[in-house]
Amino acid sequence: MLRHLPTALGALIVGAALLAALFGPSLVPHDPFAQDLLRRLVPPAWLGGDAAHPLGTDQLGRDYLARLVYGARISLVIGVVAALTSGLIGITLGVLGGFFGGWVDDLVMFAITCRLSIPLILVALAVVSAVGSSLSVVVLTLGLLLWDRFAVVARTTTMQVRRLDYVAAAQAAGASGFHVLWREVLPNIAHHLVVVATLEVALAILLEAVLSFLGLGVPAPLPSWGLMIAEGRDYMFFEPWVIMVPGLSLFVLVLGINLLGDGLRDLLAASRDA
Amino acid sequence: MMSAIEVRDVFRSFGRVRAVDGVSLRVPSGGVMGIVGESGCGKSTLARIILGLLPASSGDVLVEGQSLAGLDRRARARLIQPVFQDPYSSLNPRHRVRDIVALPLRAQGIWDVETPVLDMLARVGLDSTLADRLPAQLSGGQRQRVAIARALILRPRIVVCDEPTSALDVSVQAQILNLLAELRREMGLTLVFISHNLAVVEHIATEVAVMYLGRIVEQAPVEALFADPRHPYTRALLASVLTPEPGLGIPDAGLGDGTPDPANIPSGCRFHPRCPSVTAGCDTADPAKIRAKGRLVECLLAAD
Repeated sequence: MLRHLPTALGALIVGAALLAALFGPSLVPHDPFAQDLLRRLVPPAWLGGDAAHPLGTDQLGRDYLARLVYGARISLVIGVVAALTSGLIGITLGVLGGFFGGWVDDLVMFAITCRLSIPLILVALAVVSAVGSSLSVVVLTLGLLLWDRFAVVARTTTMQVRRLDYVAAAQAAGASGFHVLWREVLPNIAHHLVVVATLEVALAILLEAVLSFLGLGVPAPLPSWGLMIAEGRDYMFFEPWVIMVPGLSLFVLVLGINLLGDGLRDLLAASRDA
Repeated sequence: MMSAIEVRDVFRSFGRVRAVDGVSLRVPSGGVMGIVGESGCGKSTLARIILGLLPASSGDVLVEGQSLAGLDRRARARLIQPVFQDPYSSLNPRHRVRDIVALPLRAQGIWDVETPVLDMLARVGLDSTLADRLPAQLSGGQRQRVAIARALILRPRIVVCDEPTSALDVSVQAQILNLLAELRREMGLTLVFISHNLAVVEHIATEVAVMYLGRIVEQAPVEALFADPRHPYTRALLASVLTPEPGLGIPDAGLGDGTPDPANIPSGCRFHPRCPSVTAGCDTADPAKIRAKGRLVECLLAAD
């Protein structure tokens, strides 16, 4: 049981973030966009603020809890959609290269090498500043850049699986190439890919925060956590909670996703050998 | 009579390794061809070529008179099926028994699989309650029965068994062998039976081919081969069989400790560096194939 404690903690954190993202905005009494210039930078309740704004308000008097909860939605959407996009690209390339080998694998390896030589943040910055920043541009840019680990892991695990006799048996049984990849190979490498997926979700969330902090992520007034940190930058010496609230949220969510990923890997590997 | 399998001068190399180095072989319909040899002699590579899983570098394989290269995967699957050595890696750990056995049917586009799958499970001696198990929940013998059910569900003409019992407990080996022999009689199968266990081959085969470094060095009907081996390598193999007599120790086949290297095949007769009866000429002249009384020997000394 103690072995599963980190997994349970991760599941709890991710579950709470998911619930907040799904239902939070309708539960929090304030509108994350409504400004109240008379009540700016009200500190959180435990620092002497008032109970109407448990996490205080930002420099425009917007409720910080409402923005945090709404920002969880944006962070998770970015993380999940970017990981799905990059997973689709990376797993397809990796499985094809690992299974067929030869020149297919050479092409895939070349693509991976090219991708690894691209400086992530610079390219993301360049693309976003050229195309203009919006939620979908940020998600797609990250999705198109983060597939390298999926490809590497899918490729090596596929190379291990393709030598096994059940792949040969399916081929001898007359199964199509698609069946062999989809039904024989993919289910047996999925537990490795789940771990990569959680890493990529976490990385995409962090990268979005970086882009937002640099002013090229999700455009204001959408309450992204990175944008909240960027906006709080000017006040951090006098009101440190302004950046600590979104910063800690980011840290805890990414930690939770990573813990959950590790736990899922162990659980999936165990069910395989059961 | 048309052969079930006809292998015509097949070569296969992996880089510098000549795994199969000019093999020709005919398996008569309904026969059981045992292929024996040490690890690394190319017998599993030959099996994969016969199954169409691995293309030959050159040469041709005819199955029931049709060239393997010209058959599509569905037609090939209806003719010839494999049973692999290790039932722990030959069954997909993510699939249930019923789906594993149904796979060849589904690959043919047959979706009504419930009845044939349960019939075939019963035929190989598995209870229908096992149909919903995962391979990890079965014993080694049960797994190999599942693999046999999968191989037979399309009612193929030929089954290629690549060491089907060597990964199993001794007590289970006999059950699986008897099951294979019984199913062969009932369904009129032709078997190719690859093994390094001579006792198993003697028990099940009608004809035996002995492979050494990618070539067949002797081929004969099973009684003739075991009663009167002609090739020195065959004699050494037969002499190396462990006896159940206590105190006799491990038999010395007289082959020395060197294992052959298929990347560096000796000149002349490829067996000459290890041959106990090597004479002048063995290291330069390629031994001719000598055919007599349904047997084939590739040795300079076998002429007399």
